[in-house]
Amino acid sequence: MEVQRKGMFSSVMSWVDKRLPLTENLERHLTKHPVPKKVNFFYIFGALLMVIFMVQVVTGIWLMMFYTNTEEGAFASVEYIMRDVEYGWLMRYMHSTGASAFFFLMYFHMFRGLLYGSYQKPKELVWLFGCFLLFLLMAEGFLGYVLPWGQMSYWAANVILSLFGAIPFIGPDLQVWIQGDYVLSGATLSRFFALHVVVVPLLMIALVVFHIFALHEVGAGNPEGVNIEKYRDESGMPLDGAPFHPYKTLSALPAIGVFFIVFFGIVFFAPEGGGYFLEKPNFEEANFLKTPEHIAPVWYYAPFYSILRAITFGIPFLGITSKFLGFIIFAGSIAILFVIPWLDRSKVQSIRYKGVYSKIGMVVFAVSFITLGYLGTKPVNEMRTLLAQICTLLYFLPLILMPIYTKYEKTLEVPERL
Amino acid sequence: MSEKIDSTRRKALQITSGALGAVTVGAFAVPFLSAWNPSEKAKAMGAAVKFNLSKLQPGSMAVVEWRRTPIFVVHQTKTAKTNLPKLNQKVTNPALEEGVSRSTNENFTILKGVCTHLSCAPKYYPEIEPKAWDQEWLGGFFCPCHGSKFDLAGRVYKGVPAPTNLEVPPHSFEGETLVIGEEI
Ligand code: HEM
Ligand code: FES
Repeated sequence: MEVQRKGMFSSVMSWVDKRLPLTENLERHLTKHPVPKKVNFFYIFGALLMVIFMVQVVTGIWLMMFYTNTEEGAFASVEYIMRDVEYGWLMRYMHSTGASAFFFLMYFHMFRGLLYGSYQKPKELVWLFGCFLLFLLMAEGFLGYVLPWGQMSYWAANVILSLFGAIPFIGPDLQVWIQGDYVLSGATLSRFFALHVVVVPLLMIALVVFHIFALHEVGAGNPEGVNIEKYRDESGMPLDGAPFHPYKTLSALPAIGVFFIVFFGIVFFAPEGGGYFLEKPNFEEANFLKTPEHIAPVWYYAPFYSILRAITFGIPFLGITSKFLGFIIFAGSIAILFVIPWLDRSKVQSIRYKGVYSKIGMVVFAVSFITLGYLGTKPVNEMRTLLAQICTLLYFLPLILMPIYTKYEKTLEVPERL
Repeated sequence: MSEKIDSTRRKALQITSGALGAVTVGAFAVPFLSAWNPSEKAKAMGAAVKFNLSKLQPGSMAVVEWRRTPIFVVHQTKTAKTNLPKLNQKVTNPALEEGVSRSTNENFTILKGVCTHLSCAPKYYPEIEPKAWDQEWLGGFFCPCHGSKFDLAGRVYKGVPAPTNLEVPPHSFEGETLVIGEEI
C-alpha cells in the first residue's frame, strides 16, 4: 500500500512538473535553499513576520464579515463584534494585538539589518523592498485605526490628513480629494476601508514575494558578515550552509511557539496594552466638535510623531512654515531609511567587525529612537519639546554622518569561514 | 515566415501602440480619480447657520456647528479687550487691521475651531493664571495635540507649531443674531 501511494504521488508530481516547474521551485525556494549554519536570535524575526501577516489576514477577513463601513454603523458594529458575535472579541483582540506585534517584530527585524549590515551589496533590493513594506505597514495600521470610528480614530486621522494639507500649493485640494469631503467624514471612512482590506494588503503580499525572491537570489546573510558562497562541497552546497528544510524549519518552530505564548498572553490578559495598543478615547464614538484632551498615537508611531511635533520652527525667509517643515522632517525620518545601503561605505558588514564610531552611532540611533517613542506618547511641555528636538537631531546624525565614519574608521579582519 | 523583420516598421508600431496605450490608461484614470472628489451630497452641506447671541455671557464661549466644523463664538470681557493689545509682541501676526476682536462687533470673536497646525480643536482657557504651557497666560486657546497657543482673538503665539491665526469664517451680525456662512 505504502509503496503504491508513494508511487501515485510521485507520478502525479511528475505529471505536474512537466507542466509547471513545481518541484524545482519548491526545492529552490524552500526545501533545499541553502541558509547559513550559524545565525542568532535576530534572524528569526523574518519568519515571525510571515506568521503574524497570516494572522492579520485571517482575523481581518473574519472581522470584515461583521464590520459596517459607514459613519453611522462603524462604531456600533465594532461593539457588536465585541459583545454579540461568538468569539468576536477574540478576532478583534488578535487583530489589534497583531498590529502591535507586527510593528514590534518589524522594528527588531530592521534593527538586525542595521546591526549586521544586511542591507549591504548585493542585498540593497532586499532592504528597499523591506522599507516599502515598513511604509505600507504604517499606512495599513493608520487606515485600520480609523475604521472603529472612535474619538481617537477620528482625531488622529484628522492630524495625519492635515499633513497633506501642509504641502504648499496643492495641499488643501489634495486633502479634500483624499477625504472625499471638506472635512473628515463617512466618505473618508468607506474609502479607507477599501484601502485597508484590499489595496494595501495586496501590495504587501506582492512586496513580501519580491523581498524573499530577491533574498534567495543573493543568499541570506549571517551575524559575522561572512560570505558563505565562497566554499562549497561537491554538490554545490556551501560548507557553512545547510538546507532550509529541515534545518531552518525545525529551528523556527519553537520560536513560533514561544511567540504565540507571549502573543496570546497579551490577547487574553492585557489586550489594551495599558492604553498603548488600544487607546481609551477610542471607546467613545467620534465627535467632530470635540478633540480628546490629549492626542497620543499608538506606541508604534510614537517615535515618528515625536519628530513631527518637535519641529516648532519654520524657515521664514524661504517661506517654509513650521507645519510644512515638520512634515518634511517627519517624512525624511522614514525616507532616510531607504538610502542606508548607500550611506554605509564600510568594508565589513557586521557591527562585530566595524569600528568604534559605528558602534557609537548605533547606540545613539537606538537610544534616540526609543526616547522619541517615549516622548511621543506624553503630552507636550517645554522640556519635552526640547528633548524631542535633541533626539530628532541624534536620530538623523548617525545616518547622515555614516558615509564619513564608515569609510575612515578602523575595522577588524573578517574570518573566512563561519 | 521567411521575410526579414523590418525593424523600422516594428519600432514605429511599438511607439504608436505605446502612446495609444498610455492615452487609454490616462483617460481611464480620470473617472477613477474623480470618484474620490467630494460628491454632490457633500457639496450641498454648506448652508448658513444662525445663532442667538443674547444668552452668551461675557467671558463664555459657544460652539456652533457649521459645515461640520466647530465654530467658536467668544463673548469678550472688558479685561480681555484691554489685555489683547498687550500680546501684540507675543503673537506671530498681530492682525491689527482686523480690530481687537478680529470681528465687526468688537464684543464678539468668531473663529473656526480648527487648529491651523494639524486640525485639532483647540481648547478654551479664558482664565488669567499661570498654566503648564505659559506662566503669563492671559486667557486664550491651547491646542492639546501639539501645544499650539492662541490668544482670545485666535492669534497664534510665536514659537508653536501652528503657523497662522485661527481662521475667521464668513459671518455677519443681524441685531442679536449671528449668521455664519453666506445666506443663499
Ligand atoms: C511584512 C514584512 C516583512 C516580512 C514578512 C519579511 C520577511 C523576511 C524573511 C522571511 C527574511 C529571511 C529571514 C530573516 O533573515 O529574518 C527576511 C530577510 C530580510 N529582511 Fe525582511 N521582512 C519584512 C520586512 C522587512 C523590513 C521592513 C526590512 C528593512 C527595511 C527588511 C529587511 C530585511 C533584510 C535586509 C533581510 C536579509 C537579512 C539577511 O539575510 O542578512 N524586511 N525578511
Ligand atoms: S493640531 Fe494643534 S498644535 Fe498640532
